[in-house]
Amino acid sequence: MTAPLHGTSTDSDPVATADVAADVVKASVEGRSLRQIAWTRLKRDKLALAGGIVVVFLVLVAVFAPLIVSLLGHPPNEFHQEEIDPLFGTPKGSLGGISSDFLFGVEPSNGRDVFSRVVYGARISLLVAFLAAVVAVVLGTVFGIIAGYFGGWVDSLISRVMDMLLAFPQLLFIISLVSVLPNDLLGLTGSGVRIAILVSVIGFFGWPYVGRIVRGQTLSLREKEYVEAARSLGAGRRYILFRELLPNLVAPITVYTTLMIPTNILTEAALSFLGAGVKPPTASWGQMLSKAVGTYEDDPMFMIIPGAAIFITVLAFNLFGDGVRDALDPKGTR
Amino acid sequence: MKRLSRSRRIAGAAAVVGALLATAACGGGGSDDEGSGAGFNAAVKGVAAKSAKKGGTLKFINKQEFDSLDPQRQYYGFAWDFARFYTRQLISYAPKPGTAANELVPDLATSTAKISDGGKTYTYTLRDGISWEDGSPITAQDVKYGIERIWAKDVVSGGPGYLRQVLDPKGEYKGPYKDKSKDKLGLKAIETPDAKTVVFHLAKPNGDFEQMLAMPTGSPVKADKDTGAKYSNRPFSSGPYKVQSYTPGKSLAMVRNTHWKKASDPIRPALPDKITVTFNSNLEAIDRLLIKGDYDVFLSATGMTPSGRNDALKQHKGNVDNITTSFVRYVDFATKVKPFDNVHCRKAVIYGADYKSLQTTRGGPQAGGDLATNMLPKSVKGADDYDPYGILKRGGKPDPAKAKDELKQCGKPNGFSTTIVARNDQPAEVDAAEALQASLKKVGITLNVEPIQGQSSASITGSPSVMKKRGYGMSMTGWGPDFPTGQGFSQPLIDGRFIQQTGNYNVSETNDPEINKFFDQALKETDPDKAGAIYQQMNHKVSDLAVQMPFMYEKNITWRSSRLTNAFSSAAYNGRYDYSQLGVVK
Repeated sequence: MTAPLHGTSTDSDPVATADVAADVVKASVEGRSLRQIAWTRLKRDKLALAGGIVVVFLVLVAVFAPLIVSLLGHPPNEFHQEEIDPLFGTPKGSLGGISSDFLFGVEPSNGRDVFSRVVYGARISLLVAFLAAVVAVVLGTVFGIIAGYFGGWVDSLISRVMDMLLAFPQLLFIISLVSVLPNDLLGLTGSGVRIAILVSVIGFFGWPYVGRIVRGQTLSLREKEYVEAARSLGAGRRYILFRELLPNLVAPITVYTTLMIPTNILTEAALSFLGAGVKPPTASWGQMLSKAVGTYEDDPMFMIIPGAAIFITVLAFNLFGDGVRDALDPKGTR
Repeated sequence: MKRLSRSRRIAGAAAVVGALLATAACGGGGSDDEGSGAGFNAAVKGVAAKSAKKGGTLKFINKQEFDSLDPQRQYYGFAWDFARFYTRQLISYAPKPGTAANELVPDLATSTAKISDGGKTYTYTLRDGISWEDGSPITAQDVKYGIERIWAKDVVSGGPGYLRQVLDPKGEYKGPYKDKSKDKLGLKAIETPDAKTVVFHLAKPNGDFEQMLAMPTGSPVKADKDTGAKYSNRPFSSGPYKVQSYTPGKSLAMVRNTHWKKASDPIRPALPDKITVTFNSNLEAIDRLLIKGDYDVFLSATGMTPSGRNDALKQHKGNVDNITTSFVRYVDFATKVKPFDNVHCRKAVIYGADYKSLQTTRGGPQAGGDLATNMLPKSVKGADDYDPYGILKRGGKPDPAKAKDELKQCGKPNGFSTTIVARNDQPAEVDAAEALQASLKKVGITLNVEPIQGQSSASITGSPSVMKKRGYGMSMTGWGPDFPTGQGFSQPLIDGRFIQQTGNYNVSETNDPEINKFFDQALKETDPDKAGAIYQQMNHKVSDLAVQMPFMYEKNITWRSSRLTNAFSSAAYNGRYDYSQLGVVK
């Protein structure tokens, strides 16, 4: 999505329908119309743009978490029990102890800086969500194309496997997996193991969703004239798969990826909430929510803040994803 | 015997006079902001609202269901406390406030045991006028039959097995349901020469035998009323109340047993006319209902929720007691897991730990408890203020210099890395583990926190091989005694002969000949004070070995309704009110 960004920045400034129409005509003549049309459409969708901006902001927050925290907060695992009323275990200050020193207040019972933990929590959420989406997309595309293109028993086999995985209770599976796997795995320790497990399992159970769409698209694309043409000209199987089919699948795959990330964020939060996420003291939003359940009556801020973080992130990704889908309009491909 | 009962009466009269004086003093100087209750900590300092007035309904509320109403199957502490409403034992705990409750007094028996044969034979004579709820007398055979039921582990499961181990360590008897003898009284270790005499023959002397008999497992059961596994639904009463209706998970109602005679029972005043228990699955809601006045006592008495605590202490402080339980919160060091095979590495953790921070995560000095200096809780004979690591002296704060020094002696001057297991269904345990993690980091010890499910702890912390294989060096946990002696509290935790391959509680795998010998000596001792002196030495030795890191003697915030009379915290029941003594106004 980055390449067309530069290509269109010059001629898309004047926003007028006539210009857009001209754009479309001009672009289609030049033979690279789809991306340009999509970008133009996306730019005109204010909600999607806002979502996109929030997504970029969140990514920056996650990447620069240590810098942000050193400027505005305290180390995420540092205790500040002087901020806690020992009898009730809740922050001394009002609104969960929000102050100029602790921007989002402090965590009940141990006084850790909620701001720092929300910022660091963004890292875990986004990392797991992105990587799991990548795993799912790679597996889903490969198996989807194979199933759709070859058909026959290959298709039946892959389709049945996908059906089976879709019916699998993944949440329960991960919870039990986490409790039986050892602490150290493949050179990783502590939270590293948990992140690897979360990514691979969420990704693994996510690929059938991508796989089904890719298979469906491939089924219809492989009968198209240009594929027939390539085949009759003696193109090899690999050429047809990767040069003829794959480029036309990019649109649905992109759309699905952007919509899959928020689902993954929610799955990660749910797993952390249930105690199958990263290990303490590593901050994660789901874990904060899970802890807040015990104190929400006296310290609602500690539940509202990580809850809002999850809500805003998922909403931003969904708005952005919807915009991308509308812009690419995969149903209307050539 | 006459002398004993007279002195009891005098003591009772003195107590009444004392209480009158106390309430008078309270009325004069009591402050207005304490609400309608008997005063903050009234049931800890003495007896709150002493009264002999009968009548009314005593209303309990609870989240947790009874593990059973069958006296031989109960293991929950609150169930033991409650069981005295409808069961009686040969001997029981004194109805007195605080640690005085640990004294054993005769109940069905006329006196505590006559011990002979070098501590191996215990003889009891039954009182006159004791009867079942159908009016038939309670006989020595009923006592024997009740105790025999513990041997039928497949039917009568769940209760403590102490009596089985002491009377029949080889497990020769198979229980009354498989008993070939005609009267089903085939257990050789108990003799009933007549309807009034019970004689116990122990395989080996055990000075705590009477403690084991005082638990509900020692209750009589009438053989022709025994319904086996179903006895739990409708136990046949030997106490002042009988079951009127019981719907597990919903409610229990008990009414007076008209055949119970006050004259035959020195322990139970039986003040209320009716007793109800209502179950509610929401702890916050339970607190609200208590504060509203709909119920009198939270049956399991595990402390109020933070929000309940908040309301109660700010607006109704006079209805609140800050009771001390017999629970100790501590960390086990797995001494077979490196580097904790070295005592200096264990001491490095003790010096590096911020006890104050651990205490704060668990609720501070009031809702959490007092800083602990050694393992034995104050309610156990032999407990003292032994503090070899100067924890109180430094106010619970860490001593980094000493920790570094111990690390050097351990051969790990730059610290080490280890893992602590904490049960995640006990949220405060994971919090405490994280607090320990934060404070140990400052002395160079990296602690990984591994949350585990409570149900799986028997196969993780309870399995020495799993602890070793996974490299778990520490375990965050807590412990309370089944009966308040050194044997009841410490032996499963620290006697090397109690190490099991699963369900192990000696997580530190301590097997020290000197400690084991202390237990052998103390068990032979029938004088509790002498046994206490031995347990004291044992406890010092355990502290010196640094195999456990106790950090808190637990306390909690408990609600006492304004209607409640005769409430006092009993050390024999883990700091709960002695339920058999409670009454209500109206």
